[in-house]
Amino acid sequence: MILRPEEWAALALSLKVSFWAVVLSLPLALLVAWLLARRQFWGKSLLNALVFLPLILPPVVTGYILLLMFGRAGIFGEFLARFGIVLAFRWTGAALAAAIMGFPLMVRAIRLAIEAADPKLEAAAATLGAGPAARFIFVTLPLIAPGILAGAVLGFAKAMGEFGATITFVANIPGQTQTLPSAIYAFLQVPGGEASALRLVGLSLFVALGAVLISEWLARRVAERIGQR
Amino acid sequence: MSLEVTITHITGDFELDVSFRTGSGVTAIFGPSGSGKSSITNAISGLINPLSGRIMLNETVLYDATSGLNSAPHKRRIGYVFQDGRLFPHLSVEGNIRFGLRFAKVGGNLDEVVQMLGLEPLLSRRPNTLSGGEKQRVALARALLSQPRLLLMDEPLAALDEPRKDEILPYLERLRDRAKIPIVYVSHSVAEVARLADDLIVLQGGKIVMSGPTEDVLSDPAAMPFVGVREAGSILRAKVLEHGSDGLCRLQISGGELVLPGVVTGVGKTIRIRILAQDILLSLEHPIGLSSRNILPVQVTAIKLGDGPGAAVSLRCGSDRLLARVTAQAAEELGIKPGLDCFAILKATAVPRGNIGEKLSEN
Repeated sequence: MILRPEEWAALALSLKVSFWAVVLSLPLALLVAWLLARRQFWGKSLLNALVFLPLILPPVVTGYILLLMFGRAGIFGEFLARFGIVLAFRWTGAALAAAIMGFPLMVRAIRLAIEAADPKLEAAAATLGAGPAARFIFVTLPLIAPGILAGAVLGFAKAMGEFGATITFVANIPGQTQTLPSAIYAFLQVPGGEASALRLVGLSLFVALGAVLISEWLARRVAERIGQR
Repeated sequence: MSLEVTITHITGDFELDVSFRTGSGVTAIFGPSGSGKSSITNAISGLINPLSGRIMLNETVLYDATSGLNSAPHKRRIGYVFQDGRLFPHLSVEGNIRFGLRFAKVGGNLDEVVQMLGLEPLLSRRPNTLSGGEKQRVALARALLSQPRLLLMDEPLAALDEPRKDEILPYLERLRDRAKIPIVYVSHSVAEVARLADDLIVLQGGKIVMSGPTEDVLSDPAAMPFVGVREAGSILRAKVLEHGSDGLCRLQISGGELVLPGVVTGVGKTIRIRILAQDILLSLEHPIGLSSRNILPVQVTAIKLGDGPGAAVSLRCGSDRLLARVTAQAAEELGIKPGLDCFAILKATAVPRGNIGEKLSEN
């Protein structure tokens, strides 16, 4: 399949945006999942609702809220601009939008894994002299690795497909913020763009299928490693 | 070496209120399920915080409700062998037993522990491929290598079937006799307690009802309601004199000699034998024309009538104590009362192999 330069650009941008969206939000997702699974604190229901909000809200609303907060005049946007960080209408903004939309899925997958990890094993580790940090690194983390992996794959898939919040927050600038879904949408708006759109649709299918197969294989390997199969 | 525990704890409508002190060797906490045994070990290890009280190990305060002092579990250096093993599924056997090494200040001798528990062939295996008995041996090695000051064992054999128990008991005896750390052993099995424990604490409904050296507690007629009439019995220490060609072994006890089958320990060594109260007959005269070879002169020290038709008779045999169970009717007809001299008769085949344990060191 021969792709035109702007189609390549859309694919490369989508991969870059999704990669950074997952890598940067994973540690925070792990922390939030752990808090929700293991800790009792005031405002836990509120945090839970806040995390899941992007899943329920129309993506356009999420995108618009991001624009209000992270735009040049927004409270966070203005603050970040002082350090030369601009998110609105940049690929970094697309990564932020993708991260926020994928966040609930990641938190949910990791939280389920943490809830399934037996706290009795951590208690056993404590009697062997392991402090809280060592227990997390040497016991909990390896046990929940499949859940973290599943969360990352879900987050990546969501990021690859994110459209509504992205186009609202960072628009649809070729080479800058035009991800795969935005490009498909753009090609469908111009006469004679169907062929390009179709090629990108095929590409999306290919990437999605590849991601599912790779994650299945990784999950199996990890499960074998931690002795669950 | 001493552990001092005085705690109260409430979970639901169950109330635990105990106070005891243990020394070196094995102290067993014996009681039915739900009597609070695990709550005690969990409190000692710091996995639960008792409502009130104080826990001290070798003059160090681990927990004191009054002053609010509470040492974290990972700082207490108390090894714990759980009933369900709790091996880490993501690590090999070797990874499991090495786990505590990185946190211990002094390195434990891995090879020695591996050899003592016979783990060489298992080192590269995964926990999910091990049998129940193998898992418990690995859990034991893992706890030992973390260099604990005290070892807690919570029903380590309860999840195993009888052949597996017999397979692991010799390892526990070896551990008791070689490891220089005190052990608190929780169990609801009289057979295990009789074989392993130096001291015994009997727990009932969250309270200590009896305590003392295992021999004394088990041969006390008052223990019968707690251990059950079929399980009640006494423990004797015997020296192996001679192995006969017919498979019988001559043993020296303080009050005479015994002839028993099923002894595998070498000549000159000391063993522990548990003799069930229901396997002993009493006779006023030295019997003649009787098939039993084991006839011991004894003196009645106490008699206790139960609610049912039975009576528990405590006997002195040399410096040992024996417990016999006879019917109350027979006790009355024979005129059994404290001070009476009579003879205890034991059938040689009445002592199963599982009730004969090794005792490598004298204490």
